[in-house]
Amino acid sequence: MNQPLSAPLEIGFDYTRSLGPTLSRFMSGLAERRILGARGADGRVHAPPFEYDPVTLAPPDELVPVGPEGEVISWSWMPEPIEGQPLEHPFAWALIRLDGADTAMLHAVDAGSPGATRTGMRVRARWADETTGHIRDIVCFDPVAQGPAPGPERAGKAAAGEDAAPAIMTTPVRLHYQHTVSPGESSFLYGLADGRLLAQRCPVCQKVYIPPRGACPTDGVPTADEVELPDQGVVTTFCVVNVDYPGQRVAAPYVAAAVLLDGADIPFQHLILGCDPAEVRMGMRVRAVWKPRDQWGTTWENIDHFEPAGEPDAPYESYAHHL
Amino acid sequence: MTYQEDVAVVGFAQSPVLRHGEGTTSGVEMLVPIFAEVFRATGLAKGDIGFWCSGSSDYLAGRAFSFVSAVDAIGAFPPTAESHVEMDGAWALYEAWVKILVGEADVALAYGFGKSSAGNLRRVLALQLDPYLMAPLWPDAVSIAALQARLGIEAGAWSEAQMAGVAARSRASALTNPQAQVSGETSAGKLLEQPYVAQPLRAHDCAPVGDGAAVVILASAARARELCPRPAWITGFEHRIDSASLGARDLITAPSAAAAASAAGAGDPAPDVAELHAPFTHQEILLRGALGLGDGVRVNPSGGALCGNPMFAAGLARIGCAAREIMSGRAGRALAHATSGPALQQNLVCVMEAR
Repeated sequence: MNQPLSAPLEIGFDYTRSLGPTLSRFMSGLAERRILGARGADGRVHAPPFEYDPVTLAPPDELVPVGPEGEVISWSWMPEPIEGQPLEHPFAWALIRLDGADTAMLHAVDAGSPGATRTGMRVRARWADETTGHIRDIVCFDPVAQGPAPGPERAGKAAAGEDAAPAIMTTPVRLHYQHTVSPGESSFLYGLADGRLLAQRCPVCQKVYIPPRGACPTDGVPTADEVELPDQGVVTTFCVVNVDYPGQRVAAPYVAAAVLLDGADIPFQHLILGCDPAEVRMGMRVRAVWKPRDQWGTTWENIDHFEPAGEPDAPYESYAHHL
Repeated sequence: MTYQEDVAVVGFAQSPVLRHGEGTTSGVEMLVPIFAEVFRATGLAKGDIGFWCSGSSDYLAGRAFSFVSAVDAIGAFPPTAESHVEMDGAWALYEAWVKILVGEADVALAYGFGKSSAGNLRRVLALQLDPYLMAPLWPDAVSIAALQARLGIEAGAWSEAQMAGVAARSRASALTNPQAQVSGETSAGKLLEQPYVAQPLRAHDCAPVGDGAAVVILASAARARELCPRPAWITGFEHRIDSASLGARDLITAPSAAAAASAAGAGDPAPDVAELHAPFTHQEILLRGALGLGDGVRVNPSGGALCGNPMFAAGLARIGCAAREIMSGRAGRALAHATSGPALQQNLVCVMEAR
């Protein structure tokens, strides 16, 4: 048997989040190259700030400047940085207690080597050339050779007004997977590359599934027997797509339908082209229109669309229990 | 409301833990055989299950609503009572336990599954962190555990040698666990010769990346004894959570684990055996302290998560392995622990006994 097919699966989205009042002020501070903490009811200063006091559960009254220097309270060495991390060369992850704070902040320290990194070392924030009100306005922290610096740094942009406080932050998320299909799905996809439609039958209820599933959803047992189906069937239900959307391949209006192949017990969704959308109806007989053979691969897309077969409609009773 | 006072674990099965297993991220291929195994052992059929609950994660699969595909494995047609948590299956078991307590089911099944190897696990896990202040930096799970390990080392709470000792003992224990991903005879001294992967952590300090699934069946007092000759009766089941702010926590301890253990009555009397979900060696030492486990308690006879850590199933498997100690007669009282989140942020404790 062929090896199960697998392919890269890339996920990408820009994670966009409302900041809320406290983090909006914190991010606004970063844009001005200032780090702010929140003083709790117990007098302890949390930096980064809490949104709700861990003791009283109240939002913070005041945000207080901390840092931009601080002390490493723990660190670990990252010899091979991973995509998206603050630095591309080896660095230390650290918990940093900023001057004036009682809690620690997680960030990267550009320490050079593990031998040059130690708990208790003094570090100082390195700011991005352009600050936007995002945690990555701090590029990383750098070791500080001398003793403690005088006080919080006030350099940078002039303080922005309340109106300028960012309300939203966006973080790009890019994830990479190797997606593997099941043995049944693999047979189905290899079949498509040969222009064949290979379904599988449940050994208990005898229902025929295309594409095959890992297990019969009624009986929970693996489907095993392969069944070849013809490339024609019936429209069980459909909708007319009138809305344009990004990535659309067919100009609206067009029909997306549930197509039940002859001999199958479950319909799949496909396009119905080659006729006016108004002509498409439940029970309409359709047949597959394949792409030219030289364009075939191990993909469902070998079938470009379905078109009317020009046969009499199937009676409702013949597909009613597949709706 | 009338509560069913007594609920017991009556069945457990676990798939082998494999890296780059042939299964899909839907979990179906891993789940079908273990459902068959647990049904065979209990004499149950799918129609006997009054409530199903699963634990898994879309971020592991890279697909939205990925748990829906897994439902094929339970044969959920005609429709059945089914639920899901985006958490380890141990929390799915908690929901199943509550369903029986309130009288909505007599027999309930919880399962967890994950194909950790489909993506870069340590990177994917950055997305469980605070989305404003931490996740945008992509701190990986191993580095965060390493920060916790160093805090304990420098405070004298544990040492690299003790951590290596945990790894060596776990691997030796796993020799009798056919589902383990890692096992073998070694010594702390030999392990300490290995290089760091995230100083102060070496490879043996970190659970291997593995794919797997686990299933546990619970039954009410009315059904338990007919399904299992020696059920593992649940005497306490609690979970608690610590702050999402890593830098605001005292990472050398786990207050949420201690609170869950106390609420579950874990120490009274002390268990004979404990299965702890510690994906990093220092976390086992930390948990022994937080849970108040003395030297007389056998810890992780299965080898624990250090020898097989299928994400979203490993916590549930700890409960299953602890229950199996009771069902087999090897223990009279057992504690199981599951964790979730960075550096033991969230902790669950389940205490079971023979009657």
